[in-house]
Order: sequence, then C-alpha cells, then structure tokens
Amino acid sequence: MAVKLPIYMDYNATTPVDPRVLEAMLPYFTQMFGNAASRNHSFGWEAEAAVDKAREQVAALIGASEKEIIWTSGSTESNNLAIKGAADMYKDKGRHIITALHEHKAVLDPCKRLQKEGFDVTFLQPDRSGVITAAQVAEAIRPDTILISLMWANNEIGTINEIPGIGKICKEKDIIFHTDATQWVGKMPTDVEEAGIDLLSASAHKMYGPKGVGFLYVRRRKPRVRLTPLFDGGGHERGMRSGTLNVTGIVGMGAAAEICQREMAQESARIRAMRDRLETAILARLDATRVNGQVDRRLPQTSNISFAYVEGESLMMAIKEIAVSSGSACTSASLEPSYVLKSLGIGDDLAHSSLRFGLGRFTTDEEVDYAIESVVRGVSRLREMSPLYELAMEGIDPSTVEWGKH
Amino acid sequence: MAYSQKVLDHYEKPRNVGSLDKAATNVGTGIVGAPECGDVMKLQILVDEATGKIVDAKFKTFGCGSAIASSSLATEWVKGKTIDQALEIKNTDIVQELSLPPVKIHCSVLAEDAIRSAIADYKKKRATSAAPGAPAAGSVQSQSASV
Repeated sequence: MAVKLPIYMDYNATTPVDPRVLEAMLPYFTQMFGNAASRNHSFGWEAEAAVDKAREQVAALIGASEKEIIWTSGSTESNNLAIKGAADMYKDKGRHIITALHEHKAVLDPCKRLQKEGFDVTFLQPDRSGVITAAQVAEAIRPDTILISLMWANNEIGTINEIPGIGKICKEKDIIFHTDATQWVGKMPTDVEEAGIDLLSASAHKMYGPKGVGFLYVRRRKPRVRLTPLFDGGGHERGMRSGTLNVTGIVGMGAAAEICQREMAQESARIRAMRDRLETAILARLDATRVNGQVDRRLPQTSNISFAYVEGESLMMAIKEIAVSSGSACTSASLEPSYVLKSLGIGDDLAHSSLRFGLGRFTTDEEVDYAIESVVRGVSRLREMSPLYELAMEGIDPSTVEWGKH
Repeated sequence: MAYSQKVLDHYEKPRNVGSLDKAATNVGTGIVGAPECGDVMKLQILVDEATGKIVDAKFKTFGCGSAIASSSLATEWVKGKTIDQALEIKNTDIVQELSLPPVKIHCSVLAEDAIRSAIADYKKKRATSAAPGAPAAGSVQSQSASV
C-alpha cells in the first residue's frame, strides 16, 4: 500500500479528532444545543446531563470523582488556574513555589508572574536524563513552600518525572501538588490517589478530542483544595471557573477519554513498538546521532533525536513530507534553540540539531518505514554539505574550535 | 515558514557544494558563524592569479534553508568576478534576490561575511607567498559532493 503524504508525526503538538469522538459531538451543535446552566427547561437538562456524563468519563480516566473535574479551555488555562489560584489562596501560609526549568511555558510564565508579585520560585534543574527526582524535590522544600508544580511527562522529550514519589513527599509536607499531565493523560494509566496529586491539568486535543477544551482536577478531600478563580462571573464549576460550558467540546473530551481508557494498553504497546523501531533503525544507520532524555523513562509515543552537524530546520525541509517539530531556533521567532534541551545541559549546537517525532493512534508501520528512509537520506545529504561534519571527519571536534561571534 | 521559490531552488539544488584545497596559495577560505548559533558557513574561492578573477567557488553550510541558499547564491555570484568586484556584494542584494524574511536577514549577513573572510584569507596568503622561498600555488583539488 502506498503511503499517503504528507505524514503526520507531531502528535505531541496536537492530535486529530477521532471519528468516534466527532460522532458523539455532532448532535450537540444543532439539536441538543442547550446551555448546561439553564435549570428550568429540557434543553438545559440534556446539556447538563451530557456534561455530567463527560465528567464521569474523564474522572474515570484519572481515578478521580466527577465532582473534582473543573472544565476549562485547555491545559494553559488549567495550569494558570492551578498555579495562580493556589498561590493566591494559600499565600498567607507561605510564598515559596517549586517548579522546573523544562516545564511548559504555560507553567513557567504563571510562575514568573508570581515571582514579580513577590513569590519566591525555585526552578529545579533537570540533569541529562530530563527527569526530576523525588530526592531533588525533597531537597528544595522549605518551611514556606506552598505549591509544587511539576509536569508528569515532558512534551519535547517525553521523559517522566518521579511522580508517585514527588506526590508522596508533598502529602507528608502538606504542600499542594500540581502536575501538568497534558502529554500523559489518555496515554498512560493515571491514578490521582496513588500519585498523591492535588491538581492535574489536561487537554482534549492531545488525546483525540477537540481543541479548546480541557479540565483541571481539583482534589476535594484530604485535603480539600481551594483556588482563587481567574474569572469572575456566573459562578460555574463550583465557582472556580465562570463561563458558559463548551458542551460540545466537553462531550468530545468525555468520549475521547473513554476511548483512551478502553484502548490504552493495546494502543501504547503498538505505538511503543513503532517508536522503538524508528529509533533503532535511525541510530543504526546514522553516526553521531543520539536520543535525548532518559531512554527507558519516556512516554511511548515520543522520540527526540539530535543529529549532530545538521541544523534542524534544514532537516525539516529535507523531510518535508513528514510533519515533525524541531528544537532548532530557526523554527521559532526567538532565534533561541529549545530551552527544554538546553536545560538538560545539551549544548546549543545539539539543540539546533534536534527533531521530535510524535507518533499516535493513526500512525502506521508503512509511515514509520517511510520516515526512517527519509530521515536517513535527509541527514546524509545535509552532512555532505556540512562544514562541521567535514571537520569531524577530519578528526577535529567542532566543539573544540574557537568560533567567531555573529 | 513560507520560503520563496528561489530559496527552495537553492536548497533543493545547491550550487557549488564542496571543498577546495585550503592549503593552496590561490585558494581563499572563509569560515564564519558558530554551531551554537545554528549557522556555520565555509566559503572558498579559487583565484586566477594572472587576472585576479575568481574562477571557482565552493561552499559547505550548516544552517537553515536560508543559510544554505544564501551561501549557494554567494558562490554563484563571486564566480567570474574580480576580488574587488566580489567585495561589492552586499547582504541586502542577497536578501532582495532570495526574498528573505526579516527573521532570516542574518543568513545574508553571514554570507557576505563569508565572502569577505575568504578574500581576506586569500590576500593574507598572497602577502606571505610574495616573500621569497614561499611555495608556489598548489594544484586545486575539487571534491564536489554529490547532493
């Protein structure tokens, strides 16, 4: 069977809506369009019933109670609500927050804003593995620490922090624990009780649901977590998130969650096998190529590879029929290479040379084969015109050369 | 990024990829940029010492599509020019020819620097080889990479 081009391998950025999810959503656009907050007629009741069903579906996916789910517009909002909301609510207890350098901007930037407002933030530095350990967290805790926000798994390299361990420490020390689980939920088994999580962010569009909807899990007992809302308004979602509910999107997120839960074991095994085959073949056929992050502690769908002596953006052009993302500065407006890779202590040169492959539900073996051939061909072609590869072949390590500034 | 057709053309079919014998006295080599900035260009010129004309040019570039296209274009432009004419090539000419977006202007600056650096290297060699006892111009090895 011929491979259909272009090939999508950027599932960490977003996923397509599963057709089964779309089917569940459709009636809620036109027929059952009621406002879930309309308490006095059947249009409102059926919308509310649909929202409640979705609440149960996502709660089941993470081992929570449906009363602990606060609908949001996605993980960015969930992270903002969790971090700013908890910091404001508990500021009289203390003003110290712990997070990490390789978090998503939607966690880092709220923390930086709080810094300006007088909070003290510790940014933990991951090592080359990309994993934040429970021991690192324990060491950073102070008597005035009120909130710890650490992602479950990293979006760029897929590495998994020591989450049950970190949750346990937070429980012992009576500190609120938030995790941005955007890349994790729906892909990996999740139990907020076992993991000691108080606040958890997730997005529908990373798990084959629609864009523009997500949730924040807010623990209701042991402890009962309270948050200062970001918006004032009608007092929806237990007063934590005012605004008419996106019923259609929420129905989609519920349906997506149910499918993920049902198919997770089989799906992750299949994706892991494809990811491993992709990596093994590329590493076997190209020299000076390395996987970023601790290899045996990663999400099954993610592979981040640095191809030394080749620049990421030009490599993306070389494999233009495959949609991936790169840590190269040239793919962003900032001209700075990936801060995630840099925080791991990977040099700027290797950060510029990285590609992230994100596999998913609709990735096929034929697509993986095509990607392997395309990457090997692209890297080889660009190395033939790379002055750095030429130096390396002459036995000179480009990192030992004194380069000019520009 | 929406690249211009000209950038894509140079990227797909780069002109003059390869290396000249950097030890030869009639070859000037310029290496500019830095790996941690995401761009390194090596540009070499082969000069006919009788006429002072650049008769061949080669490049190798580590960098984005615009960097590759800028250096490829630079080698095309310097060929057939005298050294003084080549020094007149401005980065803005490259920007215009390739329709580079503002965020990629540094690629054209680097290409201009590479030309200047290669010419400076050639001039330095000549000054040295004018001294008695210096080796004569070496034979030129052109090892065009197949791309």
